[in-house]
Amino acid sequence: MYPQEFLYTKEHEWIRVDESIGTIGITEYAQKELGDVVFVELPKVGDHVTAGESFGTVESVKAVSEIYSPVNGEVTAANPKVQANPEMLNADPHGEAWLIRVRLSDRREIESLMSADEYEAYIRQEKAH
Amino acid sequence: MDDRRRHSALPGEPGQAPSVAKDMENRIRQARPHVTRNEDLIFEVSSPGKSGVELPPLDVPTVCAEELLGKGLHRADVEGFPEVSELEVIRHFTRLSTWNYGVDTGLYPLGSCTMKYNPRINEVVASLEGLATDHPYTPESLTQGCLRILHEAARCLAEITGMDAVSLQPAAGAQGELTGILLIRACLADRGNPRKHILVPDSAHGTNPASATISGYEVRNIKSNARGCVDLAELDRALTEDVAGLMLTNPNTLGIFETQIREISSLVHARGGLVYMDGANMNALVGVARPADFGVDVLHLNLHKTFSTPHGGGGPGSGPVAVKRGLEPYLPVPTIEQSTDGSYRLDYDRPKSIGRVRAFYGNFGVVVRALAYILANGPEGLRQTTEDAVLNANYVMSRLQDVYELPYDQACMHECVFSDRRQAARGVRTMDIAKRLIDYGFHPYTTAFPLIVSGALMIEPTESASQAELDNFIEAMRSIAAEIEEDPPFVLKAPHTTRISRLDEATAARKPLLRWKPE
Repeated sequence: MYPQEFLYTKEHEWIRVDESIGTIGITEYAQKELGDVVFVELPKVGDHVTAGESFGTVESVKAVSEIYSPVNGEVTAANPKVQANPEMLNADPHGEAWLIRVRLSDRREIESLMSADEYEAYIRQEKAH
Repeated sequence: MDDRRRHSALPGEPGQAPSVAKDMENRIRQARPHVTRNEDLIFEVSSPGKSGVELPPLDVPTVCAEELLGKGLHRADVEGFPEVSELEVIRHFTRLSTWNYGVDTGLYPLGSCTMKYNPRINEVVASLEGLATDHPYTPESLTQGCLRILHEAARCLAEITGMDAVSLQPAAGAQGELTGILLIRACLADRGNPRKHILVPDSAHGTNPASATISGYEVRNIKSNARGCVDLAELDRALTEDVAGLMLTNPNTLGIFETQIREISSLVHARGGLVYMDGANMNALVGVARPADFGVDVLHLNLHKTFSTPHGGGGPGSGPVAVKRGLEPYLPVPTIEQSTDGSYRLDYDRPKSIGRVRAFYGNFGVVVRALAYILANGPEGLRQTTEDAVLNANYVMSRLQDVYELPYDQACMHECVFSDRRQAARGVRTMDIAKRLIDYGFHPYTTAFPLIVSGALMIEPTESASQAELDNFIEAMRSIAAEIEEDPPFVLKAPHTTRISRLDEATAARKPLLRWKPE
């Protein structure tokens, strides 16, 4: 369910890092909790994102939720397809519906994020809570 | 049987458990009759050439509009304009008017909204000629009565909250919040540093972070503890010298009173911050506890919740802001003052004011209604109102907690919050239960809020409900819980008795059709 090559946050974002570029999205667990997504707001290319701070919002029929950046960096791409078709986030959150790409300020930052196994253990705990 | 039965969409789907179908008539006996026939749009009943009026022949010379206006400004026809008779118009809108559900038709337990009865005496007072027809540009000397009403209303609200000064300008709760945070900003800026962050607990209304953000602050969330209250240790960690203040709702959105409120406000004050209280839940405190006494520096009130003025349907609302002495210089202009000769005036000479937040002096007619409510009840009546509201919520809580999970198991204030966890195990969520409640003739409770409760059912009966009415509601909620055990799909398809059942909310939000267009 949760790709091994991704790293995860407690706020239910994932990041896949290739060299110095990180691709960021929200997890399957997050899309399921949100319900039908109706609107996605993302930053512009060139904007800076800060680890642990909001870089955009996802609006579902239930609620508006902030999306938090796992890392510091500069936005190199924002997925235009997911902005035009928010329902993609419900269908394919780990693939086609990635949200932004970021040039990482410091690659070492990702060491504090969770692995797929750690994240699965974390959401099991969340569900039990 | 009558027409109602023939028209009602009683269960007939294949696979329906027979016992459910048989009991249906019994179970919806408290429901108001729904006529299932839907209403066409006024555009759709139009037929060409029909008219509601017949005008007499012109008794002045005919002119050519197109010639006078020019071709670009003249049109001969309005596309799709409905052509209907007078009676068709009357019937259309009269039928629509009977579809409303309001406080005047039944229980409205919409948590966090305090949908209490709006006493008719409020309307009588607000429609007195001198009040209803006065114009905001009337000179002060000729409108002393209206100014006195505003002054008196502000004085009453100051007494109820224990605060020192009140502005009645903000037109709704969220505008009151914005005004309050701007006051904090102005005060701290005056001291030399407006600071950067506002702390907001994770159980807060969504308007709180929005108000802080619009006021130029960054919002920092603080997690609640196992009791659903502010965690002092967490607050202590979050309270840096960048923190301008804390926005707190008390009782909080779980309907729980923050028993450590004095420690919380002392801690914020010790770090140089200010305490803002969201007064959305004041219906649990009026006449019993004063926010000023537990360390609040500024709060807003919702007259359309706590003080019985109309809520919803455009209200309009009113969100007065009450402050301690230290924040008074920054209040919006004008303020209403009483001169030494006893007359009233609007004071614009306030150099430190954040400025005007609303045209004229807020929603005057709403303030009149709130003052009527306050004076009609008096201090004893207001206290009784609060006690009844709290008693009603605890009655509902205690009679439903064996069938719905109570995530924070303790005495509540004016509202109680359950989780749908047990029902979710059968595939039925809070929204489905709310939809089924419509079949029983009740307005739904608030669903899925506060967000810190998984699948929240937030119930606020207010003091307006009698015990008999609460018993009906409780019976309906227990009956739905039993239906979920017996036949979850039946509840998932609710409501069964309305003209339209489930709407496709996702498509409506993704691809909204905002107006009718001819095909």
